Amino acid sequence: MIGKWTTGAMLALAPALAGASRYNLQDPNSALGQDIYDLHHLILWVCVVIFVGVFGFMFYAILKHRKSAGHPAAHFHENTTVEVIWTVIPFVILIGIAVPATRTLVHQRDTSAADLTIKVTGYQWKWGYDYLKGDGEGISFFSTLATPREQIDGTAPKGENYLLEVDQPVVVPVGKKVRLVITAADVLHAWWVPSLAAKQDAIPGFVRDTWFKAEREGLYRGQCAELCGKEHGFMPIVVNVLSAEKYAAWVNERKQKPAAAAEDANKQWTLAELSARGRKVFAENCVACHQGDGMGIPGSFPALNGSKVVTGSKQAQIATVLHGVVRDGKVTLMQPFRQLSDVDLAAVLTYTRNSWNNLGGEAVMPAEVAAARSSSPQALHGERASALRIAASALHAAAPAGHAGAAR
Amino acid sequence: MSTAVHDHPHGHDDHAHHPSGLARYLTTTNHKDIGTMYLWFSFAMFLTGGVMALVIRAELFQPGLQVVNPDFFNQMTTLHGLIMVFGAIMPAFVGFANWQIPMMIGAPDMAFPRLNNWSFWLLPPAALLLVTSLFVPGGAAAAGWTLYPPLTVQMGMGMDLAIFAVHILGMSSILGSINIITTLLNMRAPGMTLMKMPLFCWTWLITAYLLLAAMPVLAGAVTMILTDRHFGTHFFNPAGGGDPVLFQHIFWFFGHPEVYIIAIPAFGVISQVIPAFSRKPLFGYTSMVYATASIAILSFIVWAHHMYTTGMPVQAQLFFMYATSLIAVPTGVKVFNWVATMWKGSLSFETPMLFAIGFLFLFTIGGFTGLVLAIVPIDIQLHDTYYVVAHFHYVMVAGALFAAFAGVYFWIPKWTGRMYDETLGKWHFWLSFIFFNMAFFVQHFLGLAGMPRRIPDYALQFADFNMVSSIGAFGFGLAQLLFLYVVVKCIRSGEQAPAKAWEGADTLEWTHLPSPAPYHSFETPPMVK
Repeated sequence: MIGKWTTGAMLALAPALAGASRYNLQDPNSALGQDIYDLHHLILWVCVVIFVGVFGFMFYAILKHRKSAGHPAAHFHENTTVEVIWTVIPFVILIGIAVPATRTLVHQRDTSAADLTIKVTGYQWKWGYDYLKGDGEGISFFSTLATPREQIDGTAPKGENYLLEVDQPVVVPVGKKVRLVITAADVLHAWWVPSLAAKQDAIPGFVRDTWFKAEREGLYRGQCAELCGKEHGFMPIVVNVLSAEKYAAWVNERKQKPAAAAEDANKQWTLAELSARGRKVFAENCVACHQGDGMGIPGSFPALNGSKVVTGSKQAQIATVLHGVVRDGKVTLMQPFRQLSDVDLAAVLTYTRNSWNNLGGEAVMPAEVAAARSSSPQALHGERASALRIAASALHAAAPAGHAGAAR
Repeated sequence: MSTAVHDHPHGHDDHAHHPSGLARYLTTTNHKDIGTMYLWFSFAMFLTGGVMALVIRAELFQPGLQVVNPDFFNQMTTLHGLIMVFGAIMPAFVGFANWQIPMMIGAPDMAFPRLNNWSFWLLPPAALLLVTSLFVPGGAAAAGWTLYPPLTVQMGMGMDLAIFAVHILGMSSILGSINIITTLLNMRAPGMTLMKMPLFCWTWLITAYLLLAAMPVLAGAVTMILTDRHFGTHFFNPAGGGDPVLFQHIFWFFGHPEVYIIAIPAFGVISQVIPAFSRKPLFGYTSMVYATASIAILSFIVWAHHMYTTGMPVQAQLFFMYATSLIAVPTGVKVFNWVATMWKGSLSFETPMLFAIGFLFLFTIGGFTGLVLAIVPIDIQLHDTYYVVAHFHYVMVAGALFAAFAGVYFWIPKWTGRMYDETLGKWHFWLSFIFFNMAFFVQHFLGLAGMPRRIPDYALQFADFNMVSSIGAFGFGLAQLLFLYVVVKCIRSGEQAPAKAWEGADTLEWTHLPSPAPYHSFETPPMVK
């Protein structure tokens, strides 16, 4: 009786389960995603039926075989036939599940014959994308959280795509098989977009791959799925799926960018211009640790406001952002930010030297950063130089294909 | 039966020859004292880890960062996991083993009483290391309880304290296991063959072997982290030829048996409680023993199902998927056996039985979501999401913890000689049951819809279920204070309990010993037919 009632309730719930992604996997945007979605439903229903059956018996016993209802205790305690049946039947059901699961898995792991190959690198805490093969080859950029800090801290109302928006989405053509080769520069991350049914750990020093083939245009959102430190919750992924024409236009536009960057580097910058640009760079790259007020987080992340590094020699500060901070032969959470352009580095350094209580009144010029970048670490003195060499070699080993290099 | 046994509630004759007060507990070699200490210790750790869970749930009550910063949030998730697994659940069941195994097999005490004392007293320093690590520079370990490198190598000294704590807890478990195995194999009353042992003893025998095999592996894994951190090795550092994924293989080779180290003694408790309140012998005793042993053996060949997204070869994924699915067979046998035990019994629903039925119902849900997660393509979607969080809390909380509550309510009349307040016990059950589901059932939906675990802040579409979950978690936490009250009230002023407090209970501690059990029970072993 109870069993029947439960079945009824489950059936009534079925449309809700099938329709709304609130209670279910997100609507898939690929054939593979649809297979996984269906596989999940199959197993869910097998489980529900068994559950209702088994607990139907239990609740019947609870209602009818209770002492207060005067039911006397039987004394049986084994029955070989029944025991064999309930060992064999689950086994058969498992085989029934394993067949479609195996088929889907083999399909899912086939990364061959891709139309476009993109290298994805996880960093603390952003994603780097390098278009390796196919249309758009050579394009390379970083993708960081675009949600303003004020929304996270609650001083501004939260936007619709709170925490699921980035400055530069990864752009792919619709209906093409996109292979992602995935690695990481520092710790483990995981690249995951639920509606594309692609999740793969990013492992420093190793390259793993996965793929997806989006069926519809639009923006598809995901997040880092492997704990990667403090800002793990703040490194989303956005995939912009475009039609073939729009994708070609995007590729074209991206190819113009390096020229614009070169122009930037040759421009004569004023302190105010650099500082204004630096504020933006700071918000994208530095604020998570060093905080908007430049005070850092005591005990974990040092303050920049009043810091000797920031108010001291320009050369030392440039070296810090180019090479990161190395302690005991290991790169600390203050990593090299070589991937930023000379202009961006000069801008953010200028900003930190002229903000809060730091009133240096002096700009760091892109040319100074460029000069420091091209000089070898040996030009530095003593212990710091050797520590830097270790850091540099660790970085090379950790990301064999050298994302930092490709980015420039 | 009870008329034949002389009741002496304070057992003062037995207390004459040992120190009192703190010295009693520091120097005791008595399995009952040690069992009591294990249980109180685990309860204290349960509250500590529980407060951490509430910090997590408070932060997740609404989107945005309100209560703690992300780094402290990660410290909370890490310590909550370590403390609950190693400090609360495992010692709780060792406490049951200490109290119950000698009484259930008709032995005077554990085989190695001094080792037993040492096993317990290793725990407080380890707990202290874990808790004080919050106050060292850089704070506690914040890499998750699974301690995956390279993140663990970035941590401050809180990580080292956690590693030493894990070492010490592991030592305690290994010593405890040696003691339990020796006791069970050598000290059974005449006539009690292995296949006549109460099922609780069987589950502990199997668990103890699991502990012996698994804990040294964990010790090795964390030691490798330690040397990577401080002594220039590169086990997990790709820059030196190491492999971060190697750690995951080693960790889960420990970690999956660990799941059963926690679950199997819980199966044991349930296998005592359900027959007692069904007034009917356990259905399929022999198949229970074999099912438990198969689960234990299978647990060593399924570890990589925690690592489907690391990108291992498809052949390996298929093997681990098939092997993991197989666990559903013996687990199913156990559930069917329990239901068959209730079938045509004469059921009554005192608090231990309520918790046992709650266990059966909710643990089975956790088992089913485990089957869903065993299927690689689905797991790749659900791995590291709240679906997994929901799954393992159904197994750990509604499974192991509810079984522990069932065990406490079941045996507390024997331990204290007094009955707990049945009405309050039932309140404790229903509050726990309702709030548990409120806290964790909705997390299935969060995971399916794409919310990753271990994040301090989340997108707006996850807001309502997180709020429900947080309210449930706080309700569940508060309900445990009621449990504390029920236990204290029982010890202080509960009604006198008869020697055989439960009509359907038939093991030696109920049939041959008064309530409370005397300080030294079974100086001459009973004969078992």
